[in-house]
Amino acid sequence: MAGKIITVTSGKGGVGKTTTTANIGVALASRGRKVVVVDADIGLRNLDVVMGLENRVVYNLIHVVRGVASAERALIRDKRVPGLMLLAADQHSDKDDVDPEEMKDVCDQLRAFADFILVDSPAGIEQGFRNALAPADEVLLVTTPEVSAVRDADRVIGLVEASGKPAPRLVLNRIKPELVARGDMMSTEDVLDILRIHIIGIVPEDGDIVAATNRGEPVTLKRGSRAGQAYHNIAARLDGEDLPFMNLELPPTSLLDRLSHLFNLGGSGGTT
Amino acid sequence: MSFFDRLLGRDKAPRSGSVARERLKLVLEYDRSQLTAAELEAIRDELIETLSHHVSIDRDEVVITLQRDGRLVAEIPLDRRRRRTVDRP
Ligand SMILES: Nc1ncnc2c1ncn2[C@@H]1O[C@H](COP(=O)(O)OP(=O)(O)OP(=O)(O)O)[C@@H](O)[C@H]1O
Ligand SMILES: [Mg+2]
Repeated sequence: MAGKIITVTSGKGGVGKTTTTANIGVALASRGRKVVVVDADIGLRNLDVVMGLENRVVYNLIHVVRGVASAERALIRDKRVPGLMLLAADQHSDKDDVDPEEMKDVCDQLRAFADFILVDSPAGIEQGFRNALAPADEVLLVTTPEVSAVRDADRVIGLVEASGKPAPRLVLNRIKPELVARGDMMSTEDVLDILRIHIIGIVPEDGDIVAATNRGEPVTLKRGSRAGQAYHNIAARLDGEDLPFMNLELPPTSLLDRLSHLFNLGGSGGTT
Repeated sequence: MSFFDRLLGRDKAPRSGSVARERLKLVLEYDRSQLTAAELEAIRDELIETLSHHVSIDRDEVVITLQRDGRLVAEIPLDRRRRRTVDRP
């Protein structure tokens, strides 16, 4: 196996990198792919908590870097989804304890264990960001449709391109179709027009994500949520499927739409 | 403003979504350049200074922007009322 390394990053913090990483990981694994999700947010680890695996962490990324544990031993296997594994971050070190070369080395080792290695980047554009970017074959950029987040995303596009990596693909998170419909939130087209990169998925604002995160059960594990469907679509695209983008700028309004949404048939209010 | 005003397109104030878009476009113009706002302002002044030796310029309308592809674009409207105020020897 020679897994592909995909780094999930953003400019502004708190826009949904960790949520995106965990859920795309679940979605890819549920398609039968082998996936390692890597927490590169050293010192502020939370991918383990979002995934509900915090009690099973024994070794972490720093142990692998220092040769204390092999990559194989450090991987935590998620029992809910066969093929899904986590490499946790060390809560007691900091970003400068690892350098980009070491990060590349660890991720290269992980290629042997999975089809996809998803790296959850920390916020910011300093050392932690450079560490997460170094091993990437491909970059996913998460933003919300807000002025500050899009502005910072633009900065990151420049940094990714300057590093010689291909331009990132966009995950537009926390879209509220009702607000877009009445003109009080930038639409997908607005954001793409400004950033000029390709989009890989649009994730709606979804209260289920909050509940799911509280329980440590990524929303994609359960069927029926709109955000979960969005993550499945992103996973399918990463997996090479050419899925069309559905019209999700309009909330489900008609009775039929609402019924089909209820039964997860994805009517015109369906999401990508 | 009533629902009908909006329906009939009488709503003149732009919605916040398009305000956000326009603000972003402006702020990114500066972000994407290595030039600071002050430097752009200086270029603008010097350009006006040089050009006004030859033509009369509507100074307040001169706009200089830096595109993402690295091109500096200047819009320089001539003052139509006074095309030739500058006396030449
Ligand atoms: N689509 C969504 N709908 C509702 N809530 C969301 C959505 N995406 C993310 N959130 C919430 O936003 C918060 C921040 O998300 P998350 O931790 O994934 O961001 P992050 O980019 O990893 O943050 P940091 O920069 O601190 O690492 C969390 O509480 C999460 O549950
Ligand atoms: Mg995070």
